[in-house]
Amino acid sequence: MPSRACWIALGAALALPAGPVMAQGEGSGEEAPLGLPAVPIPEDNPQTPAKIALGDKLFHEKRFSADGTIACSSCHEEEKAFTDGLALAEGIDDKKGTRNTPTVVNAAYYETQFWDGRRDSLETQALDPLVNPVEHGLESHDKVLEVVRNDPEYLEQFKEVFGVSADQITMDHVTKAIASFERTQVSGNSPFDRYLYGGEEDAISESAKRGLKVFRNKGRCVDCHTIEQSFATFTDNEFHNLGVGFDRIEDNMYELVARFRESKKGDGEDIDVSILTDEAVSELGRYTVTLSPQDVGRFKTSTIRNIAVTAPYMHDGSEKTLMDVVEFYDKGGNDNPLLDGGIRELNLTEQEKKDLVAFMRTLTSPRFADDSADEQESTKTDEMEE
Amino acid sequence: MSNGFKRRDFLKGAVAAGMGAALPLSLVELSWGKSDARNFTFAYISDAHLNHLGGSKFTENFDKGLKRAVTELNFMHPKPDFVVFGGDLAQLGKKEEIDHGLEIMSGIRNVPIRWVIGEHDYYLDLGEHWQEKVSDLYYSFDHKGTHFVVLNSILTYDEWTHERWPSAMERMKQMARLDNPQGSPFMVGDKQRAWLEKDLSGVSKETPIVVLSHSPLYKIFRPWNFWTEDAEKVQAILKPFDKVNVLHGHVHQVLYNQIDNITFQAMMSTAWPWPYPVSYEQAENSVPKVTVFMNRADPHNSRDGTGWGSVDLVNGRETIHHTLWRNDDRTVAFSEEEGHPVDTEYQDPESRIPPQKHY
Repeated sequence: MPSRACWIALGAALALPAGPVMAQGEGSGEEAPLGLPAVPIPEDNPQTPAKIALGDKLFHEKRFSADGTIACSSCHEEEKAFTDGLALAEGIDDKKGTRNTPTVVNAAYYETQFWDGRRDSLETQALDPLVNPVEHGLESHDKVLEVVRNDPEYLEQFKEVFGVSADQITMDHVTKAIASFERTQVSGNSPFDRYLYGGEEDAISESAKRGLKVFRNKGRCVDCHTIEQSFATFTDNEFHNLGVGFDRIEDNMYELVARFRESKKGDGEDIDVSILTDEAVSELGRYTVTLSPQDVGRFKTSTIRNIAVTAPYMHDGSEKTLMDVVEFYDKGGNDNPLLDGGIRELNLTEQEKKDLVAFMRTLTSPRFADDSADEQESTKTDEMEE
Repeated sequence: MSNGFKRRDFLKGAVAAGMGAALPLSLVELSWGKSDARNFTFAYISDAHLNHLGGSKFTENFDKGLKRAVTELNFMHPKPDFVVFGGDLAQLGKKEEIDHGLEIMSGIRNVPIRWVIGEHDYYLDLGEHWQEKVSDLYYSFDHKGTHFVVLNSILTYDEWTHERWPSAMERMKQMARLDNPQGSPFMVGDKQRAWLEKDLSGVSKETPIVVLSHSPLYKIFRPWNFWTEDAEKVQAILKPFDKVNVLHGHVHQVLYNQIDNITFQAMMSTAWPWPYPVSYEQAENSVPKVTVFMNRADPHNSRDGTGWGSVDLVNGRETIHHTLWRNDDRTVAFSEEEGHPVDTEYQDPESRIPPQKHY
């Protein structure tokens, strides 16, 4: 996809003058962290320290929920590398959604947001969970505006950042601030980055080095979880059918698709609610966005940076450990008529599987490294057994 | 005129239901001109090449291509009026392969199938099992004011077929080879051309004609049988008609051409892509200049360079939509202005995606 590569390069060039885009706690200055390109910053939402601080506060605001218990940070917990550690997200009244919470870390690099890419920016993404009945559960966005318009601290901040008075504040301002904060949550500089891009030969173990080879060759992982010459976002920003969760819909997929098509025609636009409240509709994946038959059961390639500290895995949280994920790919995914053409049995040896896991554990950035101490411990044990 | 397809018992229900189904209103539209042809949409699937490995085992990759096409076709909305299978259901003409193909194709829900035979279906038993289980080898039918003709275009010289080979399987394997000095060119033949003339004698010149064949009914590249030996004679029979569309399989690639009044379009394969013959410099080729080539397929992705598609018959002219797995879809439509088919997005050289030239 040459056009995509160009977009990233262009984004990098445009983003640099726009302002500091550093991850918290990983140094300062305008350079992107080791192993990542500069964050793409939309022209109409430049980064400023005041805006980032406002976004940080909004991100942690629990009053933006029906019962005052749920903020963005409830599922995207910083202590858990901006995930929740659950298979499926839980919103107000412990209501369960249908999708695994993706990390906010490095989400700024995605071309689309959500597992099915139904939003094309961090700004628009931030709108939906607020009014989804199984997430923040608000009746409408008016509640958000009511909170910020009646809070002197917020009023001061919105005035400073956007130059607006109380009744001029809109959701556009709110989501721009949240997105700006999220764009600071980028994180590279992992042992892998130091090894591949920093020239530190001994930054990762021999097992992890072998794992990188498997990742790039026999494992075919790099076809979708891309590694470029000077950076690695580990995503092709494409959508693929691996068969995860497909068995839940295969028997009646034609009826399901017909039903969804009709309902979408009915209410025009809002698919967010049906995706997160209807387990079967959720499994249609990218199809719900495009209505293209090819997209049934396709989900976005997620980055695998910090993967060791963001379990469980897959869009439905169905794989518990990294070894489970490796086993899943090794058997060629879950067979179904729409399985991606790049997925096949891999016939990896036990050693190759262990090496792959060791490699993935080198993708943890320093700020999250403590969380994976236990797993790193087990890596050492693996290597001692060799 | 025969109704064109023999049905296996398990296909009967589906076919009957499809024929009786009401046409979605969006597809009904009166066309201009003197003929009473209406616009409609049909689907195509072609060149599945199901390969029997022994016992109940078949090459998985080719099975997957056909199954995927069948599944996606079932998601089509509104449903197509019928689906054309463009030939080469089997790899070596075995009963097991043809039966296996019929079983997978029976997954198509409530859409009748029109079958075209390919050389891989024919040269083991000379179409015997095909005629018994699948379809006649050549026939015609009318649909909404358009006259469809199905030809068996993969015949060849009698001596080659009947006298040269020690066994039926040897004959099949010889015909399946590319660049085969012992091969023989495809042809429609005298008998079928006489039938064609007779069949068309009762059709008005304004009636849109669609000819379904396996091989292209023109000459592109003889070493791979992208070729029909008596193409000019067939074209002459079609010459008096205002609007003639030939839809063929065999070439496993996006390919289109215009020769006088005849528009040629190729169907994609569900199994694998062929390169364009221009890449083979040792032999002369006549690949149509009007065709915008498809991308070179990614060998790491078993579905790239393959696909299926649908055809809109609009005012008697074909607009073909190729569904290309892991590649951008292509649409090629007849341009009244240009007088030949054009890719609706990439025909202008400026709008093409340049090939990668460094590695």
